Amino acid sequence: MLQLLVELESPFMNSIISIKNLTKTYENGFQALNNLSLEIEEGEILALLGPNGAGKTTLISAVCGLLSVPKNTITVGGFDVSNDYRNSRSLIGLVPQEITIEPFETVKNAVSFTRGLFGKPADSAYVERLLKDLSLYDKRDHKNMMLSGGMKRRVMIAKALSHEPKILFLDEPTAGVDVDLRKDMWNVVARLRKSGVTVILTTHYIEEAEEIADRIGIISKGKLLLVEEKNNLMQRMGSKNLTIELEEPALKIPTSLSHHRLTLSDDGMQLRYVYDVSAQKTGIVNLLIELKEASFKFRDLQTSESSLEEIFVNLVKE
Amino acid sequence: MNFFAIIAIYKFEMARTFRTLLQSIVSPVISTVLYFVVFGSAIGSRMEQIQSIEYGSFIVPGLIMLTVLMQSVSNASFAIYFPKFLGTVYEVLSAPVSYIEIIIGFVGAAATKSFIIGIIILMTATLFVDVQIKYPLIMLCLLAMTCISFSLFGFILGIWAKDFEQLNLVPMLILTPLVFLGGSFYSIEMLPPLWQQITLFNPVVYLISGLRWSFFGTADVGIHYSLFAIGLFMFVCIAIISWIFRTGYRLRN
Repeated sequence: MLQLLVELESPFMNSIISIKNLTKTYENGFQALNNLSLEIEEGEILALLGPNGAGKTTLISAVCGLLSVPKNTITVGGFDVSNDYRNSRSLIGLVPQEITIEPFETVKNAVSFTRGLFGKPADSAYVERLLKDLSLYDKRDHKNMMLSGGMKRRVMIAKALSHEPKILFLDEPTAGVDVDLRKDMWNVVARLRKSGVTVILTTHYIEEAEEIADRIGIISKGKLLLVEEKNNLMQRMGSKNLTIELEEPALKIPTSLSHHRLTLSDDGMQLRYVYDVSAQKTGIVNLLIELKEASFKFRDLQTSESSLEEIFVNLVKE
Repeated sequence: MNFFAIIAIYKFEMARTFRTLLQSIVSPVISTVLYFVVFGSAIGSRMEQIQSIEYGSFIVPGLIMLTVLMQSVSNASFAIYFPKFLGTVYEVLSAPVSYIEIIIGFVGAAATKSFIIGIIILMTATLFVDVQIKYPLIMLCLLAMTCISFSLFGFILGIWAKDFEQLNLVPMLILTPLVFLGGSFYSIEMLPPLWQQITLFNPVVYLISGLRWSFFGTADVGIHYSLFAIGLFMFVCIAIISWIFRTGYRLRN
């Protein structure tokens, strides 16, 4: 009973991937990952953000078995990726960053090949349904080399899903694809999430992470700077701007208001006030009272929130 | 054992053969036919018998071995190098398959292709010269063992090669001379004594000699030496591949 309670109280009771103190140094001496630990929960969508060379792809490669890693550093579904690679890998589908598919094979055969490779018996009905879901059914007998870049990317997703994985890694899935296809992919990810698939994606498009992720992880120089619920992150680290439009232009901010974080626009028609989203008191009411006392007349008020991109840029800069 | 994965790799590789039928099967057969026309029919008819065997018939095992060795190495090396070149090798490396299953799939397909080519060449030879096989079962076993062991060697080559130049380097600069100097077209008894001794360091001599023994019951070296040489070569190749997958050499780094 006590054991059960301990398990229930564990913050990562539903961890499907557990990474502990993972360090990866390549033969040329470059340290791609530095003592990185991460728990990924079942059914979530985790977006990994980071600049080029941050270690995102190395991290994915280590989990998927593309890199040799020490024993007992990564478990997938409770299985160690080194000791019990059969069970751990069978849970994972991977869509790598580069478009890499056998050019001379047909779409259907390529997808069926991957299914077999992952130890699943042939299932034409499932493969056809998958191709229909990804709008590839009409191209099923086309050779891969005849497809557009976007279609090839879909084939790679179909291959990754061919063995019905519980975890899907998408390494920059929408890099270089048009807006329509990007939206389509977001829909695919949303559908996968509904079916209980855990999705881990790396992306350069912050808006993508903002749109679809439950949690955000930020990696820089091989270190995981943070991993947090998207909404919490934006609330904790984000800031809000209050823009006050004036009826008449102001020449300068009076010294009596200097204790507020105020800036004046070049034309003197707007005052900008930055405040903490997570702070108990925003100071807006006091500011407005003091502005009125200083004889400022307002025409309009607007608030705006800082984006994930700004948070990301600030974190990585630090 | 992940049988579905073995079947998937095997079928995928065999499909490549049928997609490139001209390059895979017809091309080596035509080359061998030309050898038979030149060495078997044109020159062979003017040559003396070797070990009491007509020259045209004598070169059949050598020609089969010449093609089978080259095809085994090139099929297997290309089979693993091409996915490495394209980047599609990530699929195999991230799949729940052991290196033994990967080898059975890739090497099995490469060996099957070269075995089929070997049999086609044998059948083609019967159109040009009189071919009698004294020990057909042993001949098939030796052919299969050669196909498998040199496909294993080709697999290592495909993993080792960093570019297409390296991929062709070993077959062109090492394998071809070894095969030509291994007694494909002559008996090593025809060489001066010193060269006879030097030739015994050429492993291909044992392969050709073994196959020739299965055809005619006579050869340059004893059949047990040939079997030992093939067995040893196969063992060394498996040991190297095992090391490659254990360390991830040129695959997982």
